[in-house]
Amino acid sequence: MIKVQNLYKEFDGRNVLNNINIEFKPGECSLIIGASGSGKTVLLKNLVGLYEPEKGDIWYDNNNFTRMPLSQKKIFRKEMGMLFQQSALFDFATVEENIIFPMNFFTDWSLEEKLERANFCLKRVNLENANKLYPSQISGGMQKRVGIARAIALNPKYLFCDEPNSGLDPTTSIVIDHLIKEITQEYNITTVINTHDMNSVMEIGEHIGFIHKGELIWQGNNKEIMDSECQPLNDFVFANNLARQLKKRG
Amino acid sequence: MKKLFDIAGDYFLLMLRVFRKPEKWSIFWKQFWTESNKLVIDSLVIVSIISLSVGAVIVIQTASNLESPFIPKLYVGVMARESLVLEFCSTMIALMLAGKIGSNISSEIGSMRITEQIDAMEIMGVNSANFLILPKICVATFFGPFLMLMSFFIGLIGGGLIISVTGIITLAQYVEGLRFAFKAYYIFYSMFKMGVFCFIIASISSYFGYNAKGGSLGVGKFSTQAIVISSTLILIFDLILTKLLL
Ligand SMILES: Nc1ncnc2c1ncn2[C@@H]1O[C@H](COP(=O)(O)OP(=O)(O)OP(=O)(O)O)[C@@H](O)[C@H]1O
Ligand SMILES: [Mg+2]
Repeated sequence: MIKVQNLYKEFDGRNVLNNINIEFKPGECSLIIGASGSGKTVLLKNLVGLYEPEKGDIWYDNNNFTRMPLSQKKIFRKEMGMLFQQSALFDFATVEENIIFPMNFFTDWSLEEKLERANFCLKRVNLENANKLYPSQISGGMQKRVGIARAIALNPKYLFCDEPNSGLDPTTSIVIDHLIKEITQEYNITTVINTHDMNSVMEIGEHIGFIHKGELIWQGNNKEIMDSECQPLNDFVFANNLARQLKKRG
Repeated sequence: MKKLFDIAGDYFLLMLRVFRKPEKWSIFWKQFWTESNKLVIDSLVIVSIISLSVGAVIVIQTASNLESPFIPKLYVGVMARESLVLEFCSTMIALMLAGKIGSNISSEIGSMRITEQIDAMEIMGVNSANFLILPKICVATFFGPFLMLMSFFIGLIGGGLIISVTGIITLAQYVEGLRFAFKAYYIFYSMFKMGVFCFIIASISSYFGYNAKGGSLGVGKFSTQAIVISSTLILIFDLILTKLLL
């Protein structure tokens, strides 16, 4: 379980996250939704310790992650998998080598075992026959999927995905959503997903937090989200015509 | 001035993270050989060309300055040897490498920084500073002295070639000069200097790359800074080491 308490983050005196309190449970996909620039990525980077918050604490079970020295954070990080918004694949390595990279450091597997695991992960993200290509040779959506495959390579206990299906077609998008949900339940992973894709929200939104201008102003699930009274959330959810018409009809 | 102290402090903190025992030696050695190719093998041609031509130029210049019949011709060889070993093959080659390897290192690490590849490593629990920087520093510091040695021999050959082509003095006079009052210590001194310079180049460029920000423009700016600072430090350390060791 991850627990965020009174989290504040600012950049050059500009407040980006304001008093965030939220809990993420194992075996559950938690979605952070919000408009572009609302602070989703900054929140995620605080969770994994890439940014230091100005105030507040982040707890991993009963360990205060924010106050840990780097050496101790490293132990937790070996159990984290993260997909970056821009994928952040290593461009010195092929698709396959990207996925094997963490295995090289933290397992004693033979090359065959590593390749087998890499192929298994690639298959799960619907990406085959790209093993020997370099990141610069594959499309943005393919890079995303390699990023996911790399994040789940070592069966993480915590999975963080920054917009896993932006740049993907609707079909692949749903495949990825279901993959994430499946492995979350299968391995009891604590999963946090940033998204502004309403399809994902409806498909896998068991727990949703809505960030508006750096504040977490609503939490609930994909059933409650339709009937919420929160105006900014309604503007976000019913942004398009179709959705507005559906809402009017009830 | 305060900024300079900040940079120095950050630099030492980074070096503390760099000089750790690698997670696995096999990964370190693999990186070590990759980096040797990139940093050393790829520099051989340019170092050879420069050394060859500078060796030739030094010989022509000294020969034309020693017109007086009272100065023995073997001084051409002596002068060529001394200028090459004392200053050219270490300091000048190092300044050239600061541009070549330095920009390679800082732009490579810098672009990994701005595309979040370094963050991705950190999230996996990998010490990115150790993985990326340690092999580069080791390769540069270890092979740098041999580059100096190679540059020295090629410089002497350059001198010999120009003598056989122009016949300003005889080859025998040149070789006699090369062997006259030869101090092996100078070679060790120069190799040592080169080791220090290459350490400076690799570590400073890595530092600037590792801390790059501001997109691709930023990477350019930081790698320029890396070259300027490492060249300046090379000159400062040239003074210090010469004072201490000669
Ligand atoms: N490194 C940084 N330095 C300064 N400001 C930053 C930095 N990172 C983010 N910000 C600011 O924080 C705010 C939130 O950014 P963030 O990237 O979290 O948005 P987001 O919700 O992820 O948006 P998107 O959906 O477009 O990815 C933005 O106003 C941005 O300008
Ligand atoms: Mg974002």
